Amino acid sequence: MTANSAIEIRGLTKSFGDLAVLRGVDLGVARGSIVALLGSNGAGKTTIVRILATLLAADAGAATVAGFDVQTQAEDVRRSIALTGQFTAVDEILSGRENLVLVAQLRHLTDPGAIADRLLDRFALRDAATRRVSTYSGGMRRRLDIAMSLIGDPAVLFLDEPTTGLDPEARLEVWRAIKDLAGRGTSVLLTTQYLDEAEHLADRIAILHEGRILVEGTLAELKQLLPAATVEYVEKQPTLEEVFLAVIGHRDAQSGNDHHAVPHIGGRSPATKEAQT
Amino acid sequence: MTTHLVSDTAILTGRSLRHITRSLDTIITTALTPIALMLLFVYVFGGAIHGASTPGGSYVDYLLPGILLITIASGVSYTGFRLFMDMRSGMTERLRSLPIARPSVLWAHVVTSLVGNALSLVIVILVALAMGFRSGASVLAWLAIAGMLMLFTLALTWIAVIPGLAANSPDGASAFAYPLILLPFISSAFVPTDTMPGPVRAFAEHQPVTSIVDTIRDLYAGQPVGSGIWIALAWCVGITVAAYAGAMVTYRRKTS
Repeated sequence: MTANSAIEIRGLTKSFGDLAVLRGVDLGVARGSIVALLGSNGAGKTTIVRILATLLAADAGAATVAGFDVQTQAEDVRRSIALTGQFTAVDEILSGRENLVLVAQLRHLTDPGAIADRLLDRFALRDAATRRVSTYSGGMRRRLDIAMSLIGDPAVLFLDEPTTGLDPEARLEVWRAIKDLAGRGTSVLLTTQYLDEAEHLADRIAILHEGRILVEGTLAELKQLLPAATVEYVEKQPTLEEVFLAVIGHRDAQSGNDHHAVPHIGGRSPATKEAQT
Repeated sequence: MTTHLVSDTAILTGRSLRHITRSLDTIITTALTPIALMLLFVYVFGGAIHGASTPGGSYVDYLLPGILLITIASGVSYTGFRLFMDMRSGMTERLRSLPIARPSVLWAHVVTSLVGNALSLVIVILVALAMGFRSGASVLAWLAIAGMLMLFTLALTWIAVIPGLAANSPDGASAFAYPLILLPFISSAFVPTDTMPGPVRAFAEHQPVTSIVDTIRDLYAGQPVGSGIWIALAWCVGITVAAYAGAMVTYRRKTS
């Protein structure tokens, strides 16, 4: 455990019955950085997040979050973190503002109303503040979800597949919100199954497969693992996503999508991907 | 952290009470089935039942305690449903990842159930008053009735928590209520047990509803309650303790 680690994981294992989900995971997240945990469905991403968020006990190994042991100092860990789960966990019957006030009250902060109003402004939800969340679009729900996570300025934020099930436009909204957070010094552990999302957002990327971290490093480091690039001349066709965004008039589409400068090495389009169960 | 248990439970109860006030249909549908049964029994079957076998007073006086227990049994199914929705939506996980007193997550649903059922019970009693129910019971007797109904609600609510945590579908989370609703029919709630055939009578006289119904009936008739009240209390406390233990085991299994 070093002073500038937000998260340290050593030899973490977890089985559900006969199924070994984590088989010895080692991972570190430096303070103020975004680390993407990349893996397919069932790789164990959510299990890692649930252990770090003190929702689940590991079978073996150790993990610290913000310097606190997840097993023995769970209460301190919970005071230092926020979790945005895979499913948008917002109260549909309450309004957006009431959801924010609820979390601020549970964190025993002073003036929950003012905290809620600031976040509503920051996440462009002011106009919908008093509407029931059941009337919100998917992107608005996710923004509210993330806004709820930021109450109390947690040092470490877990984002478990924050854009699964969102349309391309909403995904860009969420990406902007996450980048903005990292700029404010929050440490973020992000899980995703979208390779472009990891490329676009993360300082470092760890690839989780069958319960182990296979590789970990910056995007440039990971690219060096493969043979040097060969030059091929390929006719540049717009991707369907670029067409979609251009047609609906999204400004990011016209200004050039820098996350598409690098070809995909796999992964499916988020727009067509159903929420993972 | 137990320091915030009360305040956290209060905050979360405020949240789930808003679910009730924003969908008042849950209170109304909870009260509707017992009211329909009360109308059916008093105005359709009551003429045949009453007088022939039930002692003194009006038949609505006789059957009201059973109707109140049916109201609670149908009301707690919403507790199972609301808890299930919180589990499925990830709300429970979100709350458990916050620095709050963790038991407040379940206790808020339990307190909400007590408040919601109290509202339904008031509606049913008002309808009974309109149908001619009268009681000369003292304030103290009414407090005892309220306490007994609250204890019964608490017992059934902790039963409801178990399927609410464990169910895989909203129907599964609320279906457990049907057998509970039927229990008063095989008891002294609608007719005295003496005309029932042997085994049925034995069941009816030794299941919790009969002792609770008899106690409430004695209380609002202004009669001494006798030893039956202790049997009724023992049932309520016993069920609460057993169901609470079951709920804790289920909670630990579902959250680890």
